[in-house]
Amino acid sequence: MLSHLPILQVILPLLAAPSCLILGRPALAWGFSFATSAAAMLISMLLLQQVWLEGPISYFLGGWEAPWGIEYCIDLLNAFLLLIVSSLSTVVLAGTRQSVAAEVEPNKQTLFYVSWLLCLAGLLGILATGDAFNVFVFLEVSSLSTYTLISLGRDRKALWASYQYLIVGTIGATFILIGIGLMYMMTGTLNMQDLAQRLPVVADTRTVFAAYAFVIVGVCLKLALFPLHLWLPNAYAYAPSAVTAFLAATATKVAVYLLIRFSFTVFGADFGAMDIPLHQLFIALGLIAVFSASLVAILQIDIKRAIAYSSVAQIGYMIIGLGLGSAAGLQATLLHLFNHALMKGALFMSLAAVALRMGSTRLDDLAGLSQRMPLTAMAFVLGGLSLIGVPLTVGFISKWYLVIATLEMGMWPVAVLILVGSLLAVMYIWRVVEVMYFRDPPASSQVSEAPVSVLLPLWLLVVANIYFGIDTALPVSVTADAAQALLGWGK
Amino acid sequence: MANDWLMNPALLMMLAGLLAIRLPTKLLGPLAVVTPTLGLLMLCQLPNGEQGIVSLYGLTLTTLRVDGLSFVWAVIFHIAAILAGLYAWHVKDRMQQSAALVYAGAAIGAVLAGDLLTLFLYWELTAISSVLLIWANRTARAYTVGLRYLVIQVISGLLLMAGAIVHYQATGSLAFDHLGLDSPGGWIIFLAFGIKCAFPLLHNWLQDAYPEATATGTVVLSAFTTKLAVYALARGFAGEDILITIGAVMTAFPIFFAVIENDLRRVLSYSLNNQLGFMVVGVGLGTELALNGAAAHAFAHILYKALLFMSMGAVLLRVGTVKASELGGLYKSMPWTTLFCIIGGMSISAFPLFSGFVTKSMILTAAAAEHQWLVWTVLLFASAGVLDHSGIKVPFFSFFYHDAGHRVKEAPWNMLLAMGVTAFLCIAIGVWPEPLYAILPFPVDYKPYTSYHIITQLQLLMFAALAFCVLIRKGWYPEEIRSTNLDFDWVYRRLLPAVVKKLLAWMWRLDSAVRAVAMKAVHAVIEKVAQSHGPGGVMSRNLSTGTMVSWLSVFLALYLFFSFYW
Repeated sequence: MLSHLPILQVILPLLAAPSCLILGRPALAWGFSFATSAAAMLISMLLLQQVWLEGPISYFLGGWEAPWGIEYCIDLLNAFLLLIVSSLSTVVLAGTRQSVAAEVEPNKQTLFYVSWLLCLAGLLGILATGDAFNVFVFLEVSSLSTYTLISLGRDRKALWASYQYLIVGTIGATFILIGIGLMYMMTGTLNMQDLAQRLPVVADTRTVFAAYAFVIVGVCLKLALFPLHLWLPNAYAYAPSAVTAFLAATATKVAVYLLIRFSFTVFGADFGAMDIPLHQLFIALGLIAVFSASLVAILQIDIKRAIAYSSVAQIGYMIIGLGLGSAAGLQATLLHLFNHALMKGALFMSLAAVALRMGSTRLDDLAGLSQRMPLTAMAFVLGGLSLIGVPLTVGFISKWYLVIATLEMGMWPVAVLILVGSLLAVMYIWRVVEVMYFRDPPASSQVSEAPVSVLLPLWLLVVANIYFGIDTALPVSVTADAAQALLGWGK
Repeated sequence: MANDWLMNPALLMMLAGLLAIRLPTKLLGPLAVVTPTLGLLMLCQLPNGEQGIVSLYGLTLTTLRVDGLSFVWAVIFHIAAILAGLYAWHVKDRMQQSAALVYAGAAIGAVLAGDLLTLFLYWELTAISSVLLIWANRTARAYTVGLRYLVIQVISGLLLMAGAIVHYQATGSLAFDHLGLDSPGGWIIFLAFGIKCAFPLLHNWLQDAYPEATATGTVVLSAFTTKLAVYALARGFAGEDILITIGAVMTAFPIFFAVIENDLRRVLSYSLNNQLGFMVVGVGLGTELALNGAAAHAFAHILYKALLFMSMGAVLLRVGTVKASELGGLYKSMPWTTLFCIIGGMSISAFPLFSGFVTKSMILTAAAAEHQWLVWTVLLFASAGVLDHSGIKVPFFSFFYHDAGHRVKEAPWNMLLAMGVTAFLCIAIGVWPEPLYAILPFPVDYKPYTSYHIITQLQLLMFAALAFCVLIRKGWYPEEIRSTNLDFDWVYRRLLPAVVKKLLAWMWRLDSAVRAVAMKAVHAVIEKVAQSHGPGGVMSRNLSTGTMVSWLSVFLALYLFFSFYW
């Protein structure tokens, strides 16, 4: 049983999805999805523990040996991400029942949970597999279900946003497929480790260059790197609140994982940097993303949309870490993956609670919210403080490691810009705080605090934001080892 | 034990403080008494040694250290918190009750802190929580005084932080043990402690702020901040000679101010300053007897000073003022308060059989044993002065002298009970000092009641009393009039600002001109950004799918171009 954990991790939600359809009733479907997600979280915990103690796990699907059969390969990096994705899915799912009941049409609620499980299965599959083509398959599974989830949003524009994302996302996925095809053409293998061994032999061919370019551009689209981020704000703003919380905390993280996996494991750490100024490009685009997206976030009228733009900015920080190309930079990126999942989860969850009670997340409608929904407002503030990077929150930890990593490379202007970027975060969080705390609520409003079932998971995330901001042992040690392993393996 | 840092009485107190914000007002009084009692029990259960190790950002913090020195202070802080809680039983103000609990908790935490970072956190917390006791008066004057107080306290905290960093850079250790004055870090920390301990010229915040707190708030304030500073000095700078000089000056100079001051709570603040001097001298001497003396004196002092402030608080509550010029003859309406005030006065003046006698004499004896005769003489003079301004002046002008005609009710039962218990403790320590001696940091081999010692002390007291009588009879004693007495703070509250204001006036003009230009430029930039990034701007507009795809292709094209032709 324990030796089959890698496949169970993926197959469980994948099989649960159609079973969920049979259940029919939304409440049952929710309970079933939650249980499935919780089981997936348990499996990912066991996997992380196993990898931590015994080193990477190789699992051969159906017993077929590696280059011929499909291999699932769990090392510290993806075990860590599996845990992030499955636990965030579980926590967010725990608080979504009422939110979904309020925002999704009754006859589509069961479908909602089916898509959720499919999306979860796709994301976990991308992470678990060690096979390049398998990555594409799971990417499509997760993407298609994501389009469905987004289109279930209350606003009619959700359909349009989802359609737009579908077009662009499909092109991105196609790019990845083309890249994988080109690699297969040159090496005759789809197994990642096998690719890693065979690519260097043919590294100087245009086909491999093109393969690299296609894969990187495709992945960059999926992770919403500036200027390929244009699909993200609409998709996040119009999707049902629960979906936004889930996607913001997991989907882009998985895309960043793919970028790391392809550029460090498959092509090797030096490949991109050798021929093109990829690192400088990443740092430049990351900085532009931080500034541009933060500025847009400051001026947004709808807070959900503002926080969506902030996601683009935060991805900028992750890309800067990657662009540094050092172990410390990579570690900063991995830390921010984890920490950003926590803070964005908390922020979007609190917005989901607001949407549930107020029916809107427009700034003007939040006036005096602290008097009506004190716990939700406080959760938003704490999540926001974490986003800004205030000490004793996780946000501080990631900023700290990122700044240290840039200073290590002697790039102090970048470090200064990162810190200035944090000031922009202060501005868009403060706007909300000011409206929530220092304006009187409209006299007519009869809004009450969000239900306990929403508050509980929300505050769990908030507490995690603070806990991992103080006791950093788990994320720091895991990411440090993962970063070392990636750079070592690449060479 | 992994989580033994949770077993900290300070955390218990602070938790109760947070609880007090939401509790029904009826339960505030019981909470303020029960919590420190539980804390005291908890403290007694703690084993000796360093515990509560917490790792934070790679630093190892010792949040809980119980040894001889910290134990005495922790015990008396708890007792003071219990008594203050009882005294303030009737107060329905959540802010005051909560602040008092957090403040006491922070002071206890600071005393139990084993490293400089933990100390710093609690140090700042005492500042922030205690200022609420001043602001609780909710007057404009209390607000400005509180701000001044807060600024100075926070500066002390920042100095402590800075000193800790310098010290850490130099030695690689954050442990809060003997620091000494032979490094820059030590000096900065010394200054931080000195501010809180109200060293001469750094003392004005004390007399400025304490008389402005609420009737019950001053009792709380008088117990913790300065004694915490004495503890910190005893821990970090025991035996530094400079402390002897500082302490001796501290005992002597406040006497003059105390004699001419009209506000009786301010008189007590000056005498608080003077009593601190005794402890600082004890710390400076640094011998086992002297340190025992400092600890014992802090213990006794917290009690009788609290008792005096309590009696003045009761007067303030009933009469509405504690100006000597407007009081007098209150013994008829407040007999019990009068009695307790006199007991406090006799304790602070160190009458035999009262607590001051058995503790202060330890410091004097220690000074004599070190052959510090000049210091000894100053301390003796100061002892006589204490009798004049605290032992006689405070009870005399408020409860006797000219009858000012106030006919008021006796203090409420809880205040009387708190004063009664405190008075009992003052006498109990004086009569039976052995239990106090038993918990002092070092083994005690000291007998306060020798005939020589009793006779000298009585002689001293009698002559001091005689002097007071003669001065009053002859009409030479400074009349109690409403006046503002200029202390050293005039220099930085009036003179310096005036000079600086002149200097800065033309700089401001220059500055505003420069700023106007800069602001114009900034506005222009913000306008531009708002145009491009605001709703509907280029950067946040909803773009067509085609635009997105074209960006995608541009990106890919650039990428391919670079990889082929770089």
